[in-house]
Parts: sequence; C-alpha cells; structure tokens
Amino acid sequence: MLDAQENPTRSYLDRRVAEFRSQVQRRIDGALTEDEFRPFRLMNGLYLQLHAYMLRVAIPYGTLNADQLDVLAEVSERWDRGYGHFTTRQNIQYNWPKLPDVPDMLARLADVNLHAIQTSGNTIRNVTSDPLAGAHADELMDPRPVAELIRIWSTDHPEFQFLGRKFKIAVTGSPSDRAVTKAHDLGVRIVTRNGETGYQILVGGGLGRTPVVGKVIREFLPKADLLPYLEAVLSVYNLAGRRDNKYKARIKITVNEMGLEAFSARVDEAFTRIRPAFSGADQTLLEELQSAFAPPVLPPRDTGGFDAARRADPGFASWSDVNLRDHFADGYAIAMISLKPHGGVPGDASAGQMRAVAQLARDFGHDEIRVTQEQNLVLPHVAKADLPALYARLKAQGLATANVGLASDIIACPGMDYCALATARSIPVAQQIAETLADHEIEVGEMAIKISGCINACGHHHIGDIGILGLDRAGVENYQITLGGDAGTDMRIGEKTGRGFSYDEVAGAVERLIHAYLDLRDEGERFRETLARTGAEPFKAALYEEDTAHAA
Amino acid sequence: MAKRFQPGIVSANDLLSGAVIYLAKDGTWVSSMAKAEFITDEARAAARLTLAEGQPEIAVGPYLAPADDTDAGPVPNHFRESFRAQGPSAPARKSWGQAHA
Repeated sequence: MLDAQENPTRSYLDRRVAEFRSQVQRRIDGALTEDEFRPFRLMNGLYLQLHAYMLRVAIPYGTLNADQLDVLAEVSERWDRGYGHFTTRQNIQYNWPKLPDVPDMLARLADVNLHAIQTSGNTIRNVTSDPLAGAHADELMDPRPVAELIRIWSTDHPEFQFLGRKFKIAVTGSPSDRAVTKAHDLGVRIVTRNGETGYQILVGGGLGRTPVVGKVIREFLPKADLLPYLEAVLSVYNLAGRRDNKYKARIKITVNEMGLEAFSARVDEAFTRIRPAFSGADQTLLEELQSAFAPPVLPPRDTGGFDAARRADPGFASWSDVNLRDHFADGYAIAMISLKPHGGVPGDASAGQMRAVAQLARDFGHDEIRVTQEQNLVLPHVAKADLPALYARLKAQGLATANVGLASDIIACPGMDYCALATARSIPVAQQIAETLADHEIEVGEMAIKISGCINACGHHHIGDIGILGLDRAGVENYQITLGGDAGTDMRIGEKTGRGFSYDEVAGAVERLIHAYLDLRDEGERFRETLARTGAEPFKAALYEEDTAHAA
Repeated sequence: MAKRFQPGIVSANDLLSGAVIYLAKDGTWVSSMAKAEFITDEARAAARLTLAEGQPEIAVGPYLAPADDTDAGPVPNHFRESFRAQGPSAPARKSWGQAHA
C-alpha cells in the first residue's frame, strides 16, 4: 500500500487547487462567462446536474486507506449533505456541493492525496482495476503497480489533455476479469508466456449507445513496452479519431471504422517512433511501485472462532456464505461490504458509515479499503478469526446486508434523480426490484441486474444478466429490458427483448423473469447458462405473459 | 421546419448553489415554479430568455421549458421538469444507520 504517493506531488495539487480557486472567483465576479468557465470546472471534476453541482473524485484503481476514507466522510459532512455516492468506475460523487466551497473541498482532499483531476473532460480518466487486487486467491499478479504507473504517466500528460473524447483504461491481474477490461477504451490484462510476465492489450471496448466488446490488439506485450505502446495507441487515436460527431468520437468507432488491422499497423508505426524515448526509468519506477504495493504481513490465525460463530449465528453464516471471497492466505478472507441495503440507494454511504468502515480497516483490515465497480466496498485482508466482530460492527451501521453478487446487489446509475443527461429514473427502480426480490434472492443465487437511466450506460445495463435501460418515450418513462449480458472475462452484450415497460410495470416484469429462471433452470445453472440452453423465448413469454393473455 | 413554440416558463440553475430557479414576472429569480411567469407568446419568450442570458452571475444555462398553466401557477408537463421542481424522488437516507435484522 502506498501511504504517501509522490505522484501527483502535493505541490502540483496545491497549484491546481489555487488555479481553480481563482477561476471560481472570476466566474462568481463575472469575469468569466459560463462558456468560458465550463472547461475549467470540468477539468476539476465539477459538473452541473439537475438540482445542484456534482463533484466527482477519483479513487485510483479503487484503493483507499483509512485516513483517505475518513477525509471523504469529512468532506461530505462539511460541504455536502453527509453522504457520498460510489460509482461504477471507482469514483465517489458528491451530489450537493456549492460552487464557492469546491476549492476548499479539493484542498482538503489534497491533504490525503485525493483529487478530481481527469475525472471529467476528454482526457484519460481514472485508471480502474480489480477491487480484489493483491488479495484474491486466483490472482496472477497485483495489477495496481501497473495501474499506478499508468496513472502517473497519464496524469497531466500534455499530449492527451484534449482528446476527441474521454478515454478509460482498466487493468486486471487475474484470469477472472473483475475490472471489466473489455468494456474499456483500453484494457490491460497481465498474462504470462513461457514464464515471462507481459500484457494482453485490448482496445475499442465500451458500452454507451454503441456497445462494443474490446478487441485484442496485442496478445503479448513485453513488460517494458507498456507505456510506449499505450502512448502509441493514444497518439493514433488522438489524430485519427473523429471530432465531427461526439457520438462517433470514442476509440471504439475509430477502430471499427478503420478496422483493427489497419489501426494496429498505425499503432505499430507510432510505437517504433516512440519506443526509444522510454529509456527504462518507467521500469525502475514500476519496480519501486511493486515493492510499495507488497501485500501486508498476514500472520497465521486460528479459524476456530469463525467456525463456531457460523454455527451459532445464522445471520453471520448467511453473510459469510454470500459476502466473503477467497483470499490467497490461509485463515484470511476478503470481506465485501454491501452498499445495497434492500430499498436503499445503490452505492450511497453516509459519513458515519464511511468512518466506521475506515475504523474497521484499521482494526481488522491492514488499513486497506477497496471500492468496487459494483458500487460496494471491500476489506481485502481480514483474518477469519476477526470476521464475527467485523460482522457485528457492520450490522450496527446497516452495512451487513448479505447480498453481494445476488439479485438485490443492483448497479444503478444516478439516473433522473440527479443526472442532467438522464432520460428516466434508475434509483427508485433499483429500490423496487431489490425489495421485490429480497425474500428469495438466496434461492435465486448469483444474479447481475444493472440499470442505466439513459443510453450512455453508466449503469452497465448491456452486461447484466438482466439489463434495464430507462428511456423517455413520448414524455413517459419507459424501461427496455436486455437479457444475457456478461461483465466477466468473456464479456457479452445482452440482447433486447421486446417492448419496454412503464415505471410501474418494470419491477413486476423483472420478478416474472426471475420466476421463469427458477422454473427453467437445471441444478447449479446460472441465469446466462439457462438462457443459452433454452433461448430467450420462454423468458419473453414470461415477460409478456399479459400480452399473450390478452391476445388469447 | 422550426420547432413549434410551446407555452412555458424560463428556468435555469443558480450559479452558486446549482439549485433550480425560475424567472418571475418581475424579473427576479424564484425557487418555486408556481411563482414563475407563464409565457404564452414567442416574442415574450425570446425577450425573457435574453433577459435571463444577461444575468450570468445568477443564472446558468437558462432555457424555455414547456409547462401548463393552472390556477395555482405554472406546473410541469414533462416528468423531467417535475423532477427538477421536486428534487430527487429517492430519499437518500432511507436506510442509513439502521441495523438489519
């Protein structure tokens, strides 16, 4: 774990805060118009949404220490409404900041090396990674040193501050892709070949109005070539990407229009030119980062108490069945903390909850907290012996819902409750569905329901078992359902069913789908496996049963 | 073909807080849509938008939002404006701080 990251340096952050403070003042004084000011505020992660400003703060590769989480809590209390919203790209958003306060918020965040730089605008965004990095049993290598290297390289990179469109990078070090790399403009997967570590590089993935599964552009890139290769990809995209139409400006369109082969050839050409400029300093830095991210010392611990607590407390047994993941060390577990209480707002955490989790990380979790793309929190290194105490304290904070990976663990974008781009609400739809399914979600098992309130797909609806897209149809909210998406290693885009459902109908429609699945599935079969076996027809029949009934 | 004019109100976001504001008949900005000026003709709409755009130190992104007129003042006739007028429909604090049984 990096305690005091040198990049970006404190003096750089201070300069950026001072610069933004003066821009805010000039806007308030009338020296800048909104058109002049907008690019400045977006450079600092500040949006203007439906009812208020929104400040988006990056959590690089989803890793926080307890002091950082405490400051996120403090910022929410001092300058916002006492809560924060964790997003699907490992950011936190404050929904109610006042413009004159934002420089103070940024200054306080800089105290713990957090910032909002490149969380908006047409730049390289927050580099995301596997939230279970450095802890999960199935991992090949901790991806965070690589993610940090990319973050250092991409922060304030002079060539890439005015790209044609935003550019998102994700890194994974596990064969189970928990970083959704195939839905990113550029994905990095750590792989080995003949005992040598290198990278598989994916380009042109993305969701939004044109969902595309990322394509492999390099099967095996040697370790030392990573940054020059990324720079080559970015420089080709920067010049060749379209700027005439915002909706065709992402690299996925460049790659599709040019063809992967032609795009790859241009990247290789650029790479030959760029490679000599990288003399090896980046590899020295990477080595330093690798030692900084070394796993904590995990002394052997007895698990007898854990087993006894499971026998004694059915609530704890259920929570540990559902919310724990396999740690590489014997006697340890990864504890997933659900931010999806049934009926709550997906991804929201109060200041009190954030502080409680920070303290739990100090007491039981080696000072590490992770933020997931599914909008939950994680304590990645907890001794099983400490889990009963951890569970009791989570429960006291309303944070012990045993539903991670289940039907009520719904991804939902802010939707029309907050977002200026939204075409329908997401949050109350998620609340209704979670409450509807809460009673039988254990029986249902693993299930990914994802909701977006507009075609930009922040709620990842394309890659849910059940995806829901909220649209404005002739002045009424209408929800379109897709089936069979998959966010994993072999990412798959779900397929649309048929007519959409009204706001009042959609939770019932999802419930009918779940019941159809329970009726149709063979033992041990996941939703997508049943769907692949039966085809969509029986699910469509369940969805549209009323239509059929009327027709009969 | 030009978009057909629809009667409505002028709305924007407040520069300092970002809150939803509406232009009233007397040229001030108010937080309640019911107190907004209901504009029924295109020339008046253009004039009010010009007035709003001349106040960048108060109003961000002013625009004409279609609305219906009632005895109690203008009301939204599209759900987006309803949500802007009412605030988030999902109470953020619904489940906080409560232990789960």
